[in-house]
Order: sequence, then C-alpha cells, then structure tokens
Amino acid sequence: MSGRIVHIASNTFREAVRDRVLYNLIAFALLLSGAAILVGQISIDIEKLVVINLGLTAVSLFGVVIAIFIGIGLVSKEIEKRTLYTVLSRPVRRWEFIVGKFFGLAGTLVVNTFFMAIGVFGALLYVAHRFNKPDAWVLVALYFIILQFLMICALGLLFSSFSSPLLSAVFAFALFVIGSFAEDLRGFAAMAHGVSRWLATGAAYLVPNFSALNVISSVAHEQAVSGQLIWYNTGYALLYAAMALCGAVLIFEHRDLK
Amino acid sequence: MRASRRVTITASVLLLGCMLGSAVLLHRVDQVRTGATLQEILYITSPNVLKRMSLGYEGLLADVYWTRAVQYFGRKHMAYSQHYDLLAPLLEITTALDPHLVVAYQFGASFLAPHPPNGAGMPERAIHLMEYGIQNNPDDWKLYYNLGFIYYMDKKDYASAAEVFERGTKVANAHPFMKILAAQMAQHAGDLQTARMLWLATYQTTQEKQIRANAVAHLRALQVDEDVMHLQDAVTQYGRRTGHLPSSMSSLVAAGMLRGIPVDPDGHPYKLMPDGRIEVRQPDDFPFIEKGMPLGYKPPAKPKFKSLE
Amino acid sequence: MAAIEIIGLEKTYSVGFWRKRPKRALLPLQLAVEEGEIFGFLGPNGAGKTTTLKLLMGLVFPTSGSARILGMEWSDPRVKAQIGFLPEQPYFYDYLTARELLEYYAQLSGVPAKDRRPRVEAVLHRVGLPDVGGVQLRKFSKGMLQRVGIAQAILHEPRVVFLDEPMSGLDPMGRREVRDLMEQLKHEGKTVFFSTHILADAEALCDRVAIIHLGELRGVGVVADLTSSVHGRVEMVWQGTVVPLSIRALGAECHVTGDTVRAVLAEENQDAAIETLRREHLRLISVIPVRASLEDYFVQKLKPEEKMAGVTA
Repeated sequence: MSGRIVHIASNTFREAVRDRVLYNLIAFALLLSGAAILVGQISIDIEKLVVINLGLTAVSLFGVVIAIFIGIGLVSKEIEKRTLYTVLSRPVRRWEFIVGKFFGLAGTLVVNTFFMAIGVFGALLYVAHRFNKPDAWVLVALYFIILQFLMICALGLLFSSFSSPLLSAVFAFALFVIGSFAEDLRGFAAMAHGVSRWLATGAAYLVPNFSALNVISSVAHEQAVSGQLIWYNTGYALLYAAMALCGAVLIFEHRDLK
Repeated sequence: MRASRRVTITASVLLLGCMLGSAVLLHRVDQVRTGATLQEILYITSPNVLKRMSLGYEGLLADVYWTRAVQYFGRKHMAYSQHYDLLAPLLEITTALDPHLVVAYQFGASFLAPHPPNGAGMPERAIHLMEYGIQNNPDDWKLYYNLGFIYYMDKKDYASAAEVFERGTKVANAHPFMKILAAQMAQHAGDLQTARMLWLATYQTTQEKQIRANAVAHLRALQVDEDVMHLQDAVTQYGRRTGHLPSSMSSLVAAGMLRGIPVDPDGHPYKLMPDGRIEVRQPDDFPFIEKGMPLGYKPPAKPKFKSLE
Repeated sequence: MAAIEIIGLEKTYSVGFWRKRPKRALLPLQLAVEEGEIFGFLGPNGAGKTTTLKLLMGLVFPTSGSARILGMEWSDPRVKAQIGFLPEQPYFYDYLTARELLEYYAQLSGVPAKDRRPRVEAVLHRVGLPDVGGVQLRKFSKGMLQRVGIAQAILHEPRVVFLDEPMSGLDPMGRREVRDLMEQLKHEGKTVFFSTHILADAEALCDRVAIIHLGELRGVGVVADLTSSVHGRVEMVWQGTVVPLSIRALGAECHVTGDTVRAVLAEENQDAAIETLRREHLRLISVIPVRASLEDYFVQKLKPEEKMAGVTA
C-alpha cells in the first residue's frame, strides 16, 4: 500500500515539475538579488534586516500561492479530466490517492523552499559577508513556513475534494488571510458573550492559526525562538494538516465520480 | 452507498482526534507566546506605515488593534502587572488608524493615566491622546468629559478640569451634567460627591466592559469610604457623649446614633474595632477604598472586580 | 462461474443544486457474463451503459443492488488487480510520455518491477504504438489516445477487460485492429465486456449482447437469437429497366440504376418474385438475403417516443 502512495506522490511531483511550477524560482532569484544589491547600496544598518524580512516573506508568499493553486486542482482537475477513472479502477484505494497527492504537493513545496532557502542565505552572505550564530534562526523560520505549507496543502485538497477550483481558491485564500489574523480572531471571540462566544471561540480554534508560525520579523531582529514553540508548532501544524486530510478522505471516499 | 466503512470510521476518529489535539496544542502555543505576540506586532509602530500596509482597510485594522489593546490590558490587569508599556502605542495606533473610534479614547482615559496596577501611569500620554481625540471629534462631548476626568482624578489639576468641562458644555447636545461638573470644580473639588458624580458619568457614557467594571469598583469604594466616615463620626460622637468607646455596633444603635447595623455594598456588616476604628470585613473586595482598611493592610496580588451583573 | 454477475444494480442520481430531483440513470439491472466470452453492452447514447461501467469500477456508488466480479464483491479491493478498464473518450496525464504513463499504471497495478519495462514495450507493440512511446501524450491524436487507453486496460494482464466505446475515435483500420485484439483476448481466455452504440461492431464480435435503453434492460442473448425475431428481407437484382407491376405489388422497394434494377422485399415473397421475373423473361442476376441486424431490432423494438428520447439524450 505504501508503494502506491509513493508512486502517486512522485507522479504528482513530476506533474508540478513538468508544468513548470519551479520556474517561480527564477522570479524569486531576481527579486532577491535585486533587493540585496539595492539595499547594500542604500542602507548600512538594516540591510540584513531587509534581506531576511523580504526573503522570508517572499518564500512564504510564493509557496502559499503555489500550494493553493496546485492544491485546489489536485482532485477536482483529475475528476474533470477523467484521469482519475483509470487510476481508481486499479488497486488504488481512494484514501491512498488523497494521501499520495498530499505528499506529492508537499514534496514539491519542500524542494521549492529548499532552493529558495539557498537563495536567502546567499543574499545574506552577500550583504553581511559572513554568517552569524543568530542566522540559524532563519532556518527555524523556514521550517515554520514549510509547516504552514503543509496545512495549506491539506486545506487545498480538502476543498478540492468537493468544490470547483475557483471556489476552492477563494476558500483557501480566505482561510489563509483569516488564519494570519487567527490570534486576533480569538481576541474577538473572547470579547463576545454567551452562545456567540462559544461559537466564535470554536471557529477561532478551527481555522488554521498561522500567526504563531510566522516568526519572520522576530528572526529578522535576531531573536531566539523557544524550543517549546518549535515543538508545539510542529505538533499543531501536523495535527491540523492530518485533520484536513481526514476531512478530504471522508468526503472523497463517499463521492460519486460523475 | 458502499464506501469502505473501515476507512470512514478510521478517518472520522482520526479527524476528531487531530481536531482535539490541535486545539490543545494551539492553547499551549498561546501560553508560550503571550508576551512575544505583541512585541512582534509592534515591530511596526508607525501608524502611517501601517495605514499604507492595510491597503485601504484601515477600519478593519483599527478594530484589530483595538481588540489587541483591550486584550493586552485585560490580561495584564488580571496578573496585577506593574508595567503596561504597550498600552499607549496600541491605543495610539488604533486611533491613528481610525480617529473616530471614541471608545478607544475612553479606554485610554480610564486606564492610561492611573497608577499601576490600575493603569499604565502615563497621564501625560493620556492627555495627549484625548487632545488628539477632541481634535478629530470636536463635536463629541464625551471626550471633553474624559479629558476633564483625567485632569481631575489623576492630575488633581482642578483648574484645567474645570476649563475642559467648560469647553465641553459648548458642544451641541452635551449632557446637562457637564455644566454641573464645570461648576462643581470651583467649589467642591476633592469632594466625595464630585468623585461619585464623575464615576457615575463614566459608567453611564460607555458600554465598554472593563471601563464600566472599573467605574463600578470605584463607586463601591466611594460608598465604603463614605460609610466609614459616617460611622467614624458616630463613634467619635458616642465617645464624646459617654466618655468611653462603644462596645459594639448595637450600642451605637441603642444610643440612637444609628438607625440599624450598617452594612457595606456587599451586605457584610462593618466591624467596630476595640480601638474604635471602623473596618471593612472583606477589604480585598474593594480595591480602591481609602478608608476602613485594617492596620497594615496590603492589597492582594490579584485585585477582585465585582462583575456588573 | 460467471465472470461478471450483476444483481439488481440500480443508480439514481439527484440532480439540481438547490432542489434536488432524482434522476434514474439505471433501473435495477440483472445480468451475468460468462468467463471467456465477448459480451456486448448495447444502447443508444445516454442509455445507462457508462453508468453501469462506472458502478462496476466503483467510481460511483449504487443506490441499491450489488455485483460480483470473478466471484468477489465489486467493492473488494482484490478485484481491481484482475480487471482492466478503458473509459469512454479516455484522457490521460498529458505531461507524461506514453511509456511513462504505462509504467506509472503498471506500478499502481502492482506489476513487479522487473516485469514493467518488457510489459510496457509489449503492450505498446500490441496496440500499434511501438514508435511513439517516448512522445508526450499532449501530442497524441484522439485515435492514438484511444490506443493508449486500450494499452493501459490490458497492461497488467487482467482476467476481465471492460471497454467503454472502444472503437470511438478510430479510423476503419484502427477499428479492425481493435476487433482483432478483442478476439485475441478472447483466445487468451479473457472475458471482454464492452459497450457500444455501433451495432455492426457488436454483431461482428459478440458471443452475446445485452440491450439497454433509458436505463432499462431490453433484451439479452446471442445476436442471432435476438435478430431472428425480426423478419428478414432479400435483395434481388435483375437486368433491364423494367419493374413488373406484380413485383411492386409485393411491397418491394425498387431502384433503377443503369441497366439493372435492385429490389428489396420481404423474405416470404421471394419465390413469388422469382416466378414473376421468369414469366416476364427478365434475367435475374442475384438474390441475396439481407440479414436482420441489431439495427432492425432497435428500430422495431424501441417505441417511437423512446427513439426520440434516445436521440436527444
């Protein structure tokens, strides 16, 4: 069974590569090198700050856009083009298909992020001429960004399993924005009363919480990230992604492929 | 439908488990991050930059910052904190993003000026915030009221308070008590009655929970202060008349100096100490009292606020 | 043992977004296909053929009823390793080459790693695409895609092959090749279940056929049995341009072309017509029986209003 998941995942990865998804790396490289050169000429003190802020923000946004745009098509496109028929008439369980797709997309993003990370550290080296110890926190920030991608991939798959790509994209983007303000959402919820408070709190806990996974600015200020936060964030992101995947499996498992 | 039942059950159980687990972990994350969160938010302290970054949605962002300010103060106040460093910037950003958010100014008036742990202890910044508010909302008499309140309560600058109340009376639709307050400043500054009127006005002019709870706590404390003063007078009079201190409250009643056994706002009778002092039974329940405390009384680490209900 | 056994399989879709209306795609269907036969599943477009195949493949779930394939419940995962499926107008991952696609499917079907390469090459040969294995599928014509589709259906040597409209999109040569291929599969002892709306294909290939219309089974049997119930006709050709009145009176359709006359008339009037020609001294060139086709069966068995429904569907 694990074999089939691996095959589906690697085919998903191959599809992304052949669809020229990794071309975004060129845009990223241009953006980053341009910024590094410009910043180096303009300001002395904050050049590192700008490179880290800009670099990590770009890594995050590029990845989110890729995750959403590929994620939403993963299932619905296969249904629409009927490529799924010849897959599911083989000894492939539906849940294996979903899980395989997830790992394929996640793998694509990890590879993409890996190349981007090399770019960020390259730019850092260019402006600072050497690495300092606090630069290791940039790695943690990148790790958190990947955790975010996992959650978004799973959510994209979830929407893709029952909705059209356009609607899925709207849902996923909306959740991404809401998720970035999730802590404030919980703040709002705490100010409500009675039933609405319960509902709002429930909703606030159910939407993806990205705020804790965004440590870009604190890392840019060379602040440490606590080990506890790393553990909790890892656990949270993995459980959340698994939850969304289970939802996708449940929906897909009962769906008629008309 | 004949999808695999095993898959359905397994996925459902896993889904619920993950949901629960993620909520628990999220809660943990929050605990780890309480301090860090706002620190991060305030990497961008310039309201102008924020305005540009909000892409035209300043109103929404103002609401977000307003919530953050309230949460920040609420959380710190619960912990009886001595430092509220971020309250002023949060309120300043909020009002810069939405200069017409009157409740934010009112919040500032109530909690920026007083000394810790009841506020940030920054009366100057509070006054500055209120002036900015009046500048942007010159037709809202509540802001004049709040500014006068700061001058009166926190700066004890009765002249300035009177002047601000006077300015407020000129606003159309100003509440009639603004006139009374302005007059009160000259003759009765420092009176319990004046203070009571101010707190009552604060209570009545806002819906914000924390502001109202604060006003209620002050009103209750004023009631206690007044009761204790009244009782202390009775004890003194009794002593003058009989040559010795009363042994109990009932002896005061018997002597016709009191109509009944007096009780505090919570319904607990006041205590008459052997040395003739009057004490509150539960001083912890009245965080702002100035009279009726036991000798050497220290306020608790966590002050209690009676809810409004 | 029956290769495919369909027991009261039924599917009702609910259509519409807000107010769902039931739409009966397949009425309870009872059907058995023996092992080693080529079975034709016939009906006009929209009759419920594809729905039946999707039900058997587990792509849609039945409203009620069940099916057994090779003695196993249709939902049993083990079934899937033993069957091959060609969907209607197949479409594949067009970023892959034909060879990559088939290798991927071989992996999913559990073909052992060492067998994959030779298997893929053999099957590419078999469907007549030996030279384009390395070409991306986005460059394939419709007919070539159909061949790839057949290749993926037989790649893992399944015991039962389901083909949904296997001849569509193929040129006459291609149709012929696919027919031959299906015959070969039969010789290898495999069961072939295929749907078509083209009667000639079914007549030429099938041991037995089932006819379905508007979601309902209308008849099952050997082709000859089905058509025997339809009366046959004969075609007569004679020299000259004269059409005797008595032949016209027999209800013949006559066409004069050049110096011959061609007439089609009911089989039972054949002797009378020949007698007439002899009397008139006309030279008979040929008498050929026109065998009743499934088309005649369709024309005669389907009620007129249903024909309309079949056309518009």
